[in-house]
Amino acid sequence: MTKRQQVLYLWLAEGALDTETIGWAFHDGTDGDGPQLPDEEPPYVSGLAALQDGWFLMQSPSPLALHPGTEHEVSYLVNEFIFERRIDI
Amino acid sequence: MPVSNHKLTTQEMARFVADGYLRFDKLIPSEINQNIIREFSLLESNKILQIVGQPPEAGGLQLPASLTPLSECYPPQSFLGQLLNLPEVLGIVESLVGPNPLFDHDFVHRLQAGSEYKQHLHVDAVVDSADPSFDIQLFYFPQDVAPGAGGTRFVPATHLRRTRAEGVGRYQHLLGEQQFSGEAGTLMVFHHGLWHAGQPNPSDVDRWMYKIRLNPRVSQVRQWNMEDFDDIHNDSSDHTFARMRHDSVAQILRSLQPWQKGHEARYEQMQRALVWRYLSNDPGFDVDYYHTRIEQRVRLIEESS
Repeated sequence: MTKRQQVLYLWLAEGALDTETIGWAFHDGTDGDGPQLPDEEPPYVSGLAALQDGWFLMQSPSPLALHPGTEHEVSYLVNEFIFERRIDI
Repeated sequence: MPVSNHKLTTQEMARFVADGYLRFDKLIPSEINQNIIREFSLLESNKILQIVGQPPEAGGLQLPASLTPLSECYPPQSFLGQLLNLPEVLGIVESLVGPNPLFDHDFVHRLQAGSEYKQHLHVDAVVDSADPSFDIQLFYFPQDVAPGAGGTRFVPATHLRRTRAEGVGRYQHLLGEQQFSGEAGTLMVFHHGLWHAGQPNPSDVDRWMYKIRLNPRVSQVRQWNMEDFDDIHNDSSDHTFARMRHDSVAQILRSLQPWQKGHEARYEQMQRALVWRYLSNDPGFDVDYYHTRIEQRVRLIEESS
């Protein structure tokens, strides 16, 4: 039996794990042999919902550092949470 | 009918500032749609020949150079020349980037039937400057594109986010994203910063799309049809948390896409307000008082020093 990693990115509305999902990405180290995401879009309504489905949190975003003159700019989505689950195949 | 009769309204301009695109279904006449693909095929061949270091001898239209005024890019009798000189097209172009903008580049995007080629989301070119001026990109679809049949994917209202071109490829799905489908002759106009991506074409029909990027050569201030401007251009007191209008530019700029939730959306509104300040030449314009509040404090500090 071999372990393979599945990685789930969720971009949430705000910095708290229980806020709404606005974007997502899924990378499947099992190449389809492991469980897949729920069919709903988004697959989880929040980061908390992903935890409740068995995903483990790997990375939580730090609050944005503020730089004078650029405080009001918008760039990449800031609330990026990364999850994993390890699948026996 | 002259170009001036086809200029965008203030409402449409505000919608462009909010969403980063406008869509005009079946704008281009069928005579052009039915005949232009032959020109596109030669243009595509010439571009590829040039890129691989061969003389662009496929025939057909000559490749224009960057910095060529739009009116001089293609012969007016060619189908592409006719398209780019339609009063309906020039009215849109002039409203957004002023008269006779400069040709940046164009490209024929042909997705062969059955193509599995799929792009990540991206922004064209490189990370952009912070000023509010902008280029436009026309996306023209000469044939019907069925849902899922290779239409361009894009995410409305991402255009004001300053990112590196490929830095947004990590976002596989965003709420509210769209994939173009529509009837022949449809023209989409994108702000140059809008996130987009080519998609597979599982259909049995090649999908053709022509894209051209245009740079303004004059100020973009008040180039559109100003008839409705005074009616909807609001002052800086138009404020959701105090007294607000529901018929103003600010109200259009408040509209949010499904991926824009939470307090983060306020920064989006602030960026839209800066673009509208530039376009309207009103340095006091605001949406929901965010700039005005801060600028008043700046003035206090300046007066006390």
